[in-house]
Amino acid sequence: MAHEIIAATNAVVTLDVALPGIVWGWIITMNMWAKSIGTGIIFIAFYLLKKYPEQTGFIRLPSVVISIIFIHMFLFFTVIDLHQMFRFWHIFFHPHMTSTITLGAWLAAGFVGIILTMAYFLYIKKDEAMYDKLLAYGVVLAVPVTLYTAGLMAQSTARELWQMPTESIQMMLAAFLAGSATMLLVGGNKFSDEIKKDLALILGFSALTAFIMYMLELVFGPMKAEEVAATLEFVKGGEYTFMFWLGQIVAFLIPMVLVCKSIKDKSYYLLKIAAVSALVGLWITKHVWLVIPQLLNLS
Amino acid sequence: MQLGFLVDLRLCMGCKGCEIACKVENEVPLSTWRLRVKYVDVGSFPETKRTFTPLRCNHCANAPCVRICPVSALHYIENGIVNIDKERCIGCAGCIMACPYGAIYIDPLTQTADKCTYCAHRVASAMMPACVVACPVEANIFGDLDDPMSNISKYIQEHQGNVQVRKAEKGTDPHHFYVGGGNVTLNPLASLREEGFGLFNNLTHLPVGGHH
Repeated sequence: MAHEIIAATNAVVTLDVALPGIVWGWIITMNMWAKSIGTGIIFIAFYLLKKYPEQTGFIRLPSVVISIIFIHMFLFFTVIDLHQMFRFWHIFFHPHMTSTITLGAWLAAGFVGIILTMAYFLYIKKDEAMYDKLLAYGVVLAVPVTLYTAGLMAQSTARELWQMPTESIQMMLAAFLAGSATMLLVGGNKFSDEIKKDLALILGFSALTAFIMYMLELVFGPMKAEEVAATLEFVKGGEYTFMFWLGQIVAFLIPMVLVCKSIKDKSYYLLKIAAVSALVGLWITKHVWLVIPQLLNLS
Repeated sequence: MQLGFLVDLRLCMGCKGCEIACKVENEVPLSTWRLRVKYVDVGSFPETKRTFTPLRCNHCANAPCVRICPVSALHYIENGIVNIDKERCIGCAGCIMACPYGAIYIDPLTQTADKCTYCAHRVASAMMPACVVACPVEANIFGDLDDPMSNISKYIQEHQGNVQVRKAEKGTDPHHFYVGGGNVTLNPLASLREEGFGLFNNLTHLPVGGHH
């Protein structure tokens, strides 16, 4: 409708202040990307330890170490993005519980507590049974930790592109994609062909589903609201078109093709390339989706 | 008490007196604004017209910025104003992401969120907001929406059918009204905003982070 109004009225802004550009930039992309790995590896570790307990015991330590590293990366990038980072403690001492930022901080704190306790029982106490018990709680908490960013995006009323439940599904898929890709890189050839195939399928189906969802957004999104239509123009011939498609190809299409080929050829080498491609592409895809709604003039 | 604002766009002549008064009263730093007047030219020569739209925080009854703020830095005060506690703000910019009107900015001096507060400090002393006082044509009308005898309530009653709010579809229930507005003045997508030097100044965006 806005296009028609411009065509009919020839309305042009002739005097205005400079409007804010991108406020949430690459630091927030790093935040989302690192969190996908940090929680995703816990999901995948839980799955493997339940389904293949005899063959996958060795993943306990690397899984929890990777989760600790990436969740702390996520927390680090969360804090450094604050304009007043040394007031971060306000979230815990002046919490406003309608905010998903507050909920996310509390949940992430709980999740960090669990994975640190898991590491303690595994490395210091050598107690694998307790580790496995805590892992179940970790999985339960990893779900809302993964999803809260989608809640935050849904609360961002000004950004029509970020919708619930689409974003929540994309967050879960990103966690499965990143978790399976990381596990493939960590496990190497220690995994049996059956386990590799399982991980490959998780990677492939996550990539396929996420790709389909992005394409559906691209086609049907503009029908929801003119703001979505205007936002998607940035990836439909606009300045983020190349980056968007690069992300889709590297994150989803290349891994899908390589997964199919690796299953057919039983080639672990191809799976490693697929895993690296998925992790790199996920960052690009997340970044584009984060940035483009911020390019729209709100007033 | 529910304080509200109304701008009669038919009266506004784009003098920017309100904008300057706001800057001075609230010491708003350079490259940021609490209140601005946007000029939009409509039509083709010789049938052209210039429109002026003062834009500020809408002090919504269902404010997304209040909801998303993790530390209650953005909060309601008893007269309905959405106020900000800059000492509590952590600068997460969630409110900037949430406000559909682009009315919130990061103050480059304090590194905290800031916005129009309807001059809450003046209102507390029974004074009118600075922009209301500065307007030479009384295009800004401020008052209690709960009082049917207030100027703003009477104005809304008199102009029923010609009172608009921005982005009503967002469900924010703004307490900032316009009379004589239309798509071109109130919908930012309904006018072309080309980057670069235009008629009066350089139309641009601030770099990453939201300020120079």
